[in-house]
Amino acid sequence: MKCAPFDYVRASSVEEVVKVLAESDGDGKILAGGQSLVPVLALRMARPSVLVDVNRIPGLGAIRPSGDAVEVGALVRHSRLVEQTNHPLLAEAARWIGHTAIRARGTAGGSVAHADPSAELPVVAVGTGATATVAGPSGVRSVAAEDLFLSALVTSLDEDEMITGLRFPLPTRWGFAEFARRHGDFALVTAVVTELGGAVRITLGGVASVPQRAAHAEQVLADGGTAREAARAAADEIDPTADLHGSAPFRRAIAGEMVRRALAQAGIGQE
Amino acid sequence: MIETDVTFSVNGERVRLAVEPRRTLADALREDCGLTGTHLGCEHGVCGACTVIVDGEPARACLMFAVQADGSSVTTVEGLQGTDGELHPLQEAFVAHHGLQCGFCTPGMLMSALHLLDTTPDADRETIREEMSGNICRCTGYQGIVDAIEAAGRELTGHAEEAEPAE
Repeated sequence: MKCAPFDYVRASSVEEVVKVLAESDGDGKILAGGQSLVPVLALRMARPSVLVDVNRIPGLGAIRPSGDAVEVGALVRHSRLVEQTNHPLLAEAARWIGHTAIRARGTAGGSVAHADPSAELPVVAVGTGATATVAGPSGVRSVAAEDLFLSALVTSLDEDEMITGLRFPLPTRWGFAEFARRHGDFALVTAVVTELGGAVRITLGGVASVPQRAAHAEQVLADGGTAREAARAAADEIDPTADLHGSAPFRRAIAGEMVRRALAQAGIGQE
Repeated sequence: MIETDVTFSVNGERVRLAVEPRRTLADALREDCGLTGTHLGCEHGVCGACTVIVDGEPARACLMFAVQADGSSVTTVEGLQGTDGELHPLQEAFVAHHGLQCGFCTPGMLMSALHLLDTTPDADRETIREEMSGNICRCTGYQGIVDAIEAAGRELTGHAEEAEPAE
């Protein structure tokens, strides 16, 4: 199908984006890579009155190591995340996003702002304790990833705010495992294991409306449990919904297995 | 209806169009430029049939608006043939290896394969399968497509003879 008509603004600065969004009174949308937004428009599930194209704003496309973290500009394409070597977990996660043509255009800021419950980068953001730099009418603020995702496709960002960058802390050990029906599909389950400051986090995507920490499984590991025991705890504590891609027990089993594999990759809890 | 002027190059030729912002690059190529080689299957970024090269990177032309291509360089399947009309080695290989049947997915397959061989000329079969996974074909079962890209890669890297099966 074809999109409904909209006005188009090619913004040259973040200030202009915020201004246009504010003037659109909640009816404006940011167009970054367009790999999630344009299908939604084409299927007419959304009909924004104005699209603000941010692709040509200078200064948002850099990847910079910064102490114990890596700063990623909002316009960094997934293909560049795959290629960079500063943050190996980010590179591995980005490899799993869609297909080559999608990774060539899709952006880090866009993926996080879109907040798809099955997308890879939101899970990595929560798993690493990332922070988003957000620009709005009253200035710039930082938002922790765990405060960003409210529900499926819903974030705590205001309608006139824009993510300009993301700061992903570097875990000392990490593991990433994903299960999808076909290569490049959205994940049924994504498991991200990170060790940050000696504490192990287990974060799951695809099992709830937002990326979810497996708190019981983390506790099992903290108490000296094995990866297998933690995987079982993770499978037990989630409450996945069934759809045509998989029943709830199937998703539970797959989630446990993805946690086991991610922990094995991280070398955590191995017997 | 407000139209916007856009200028970009298609297969080396400069084009200037007045388009509605909602016009996708795919529709602009097909309807405004008359280049109907770019095919539209799903129109929401799933099938890969409309894949073109924009500034050296593959893009789904149904997921990009023509206004976004302003100032860009676009290559479509029509840009593959030589100046004298001869087929590109990739196209020759698709013919020779049964890389197509109905031909609907072929333009997207060719453009994705072109990018793959530009970046990884010696791609092995596993890499070819992985990189081509965003293009859907309902006829061939993919075997012929992988064969064709592998053969074209050998041709382009000048190793065509070495790879012939031993007698």
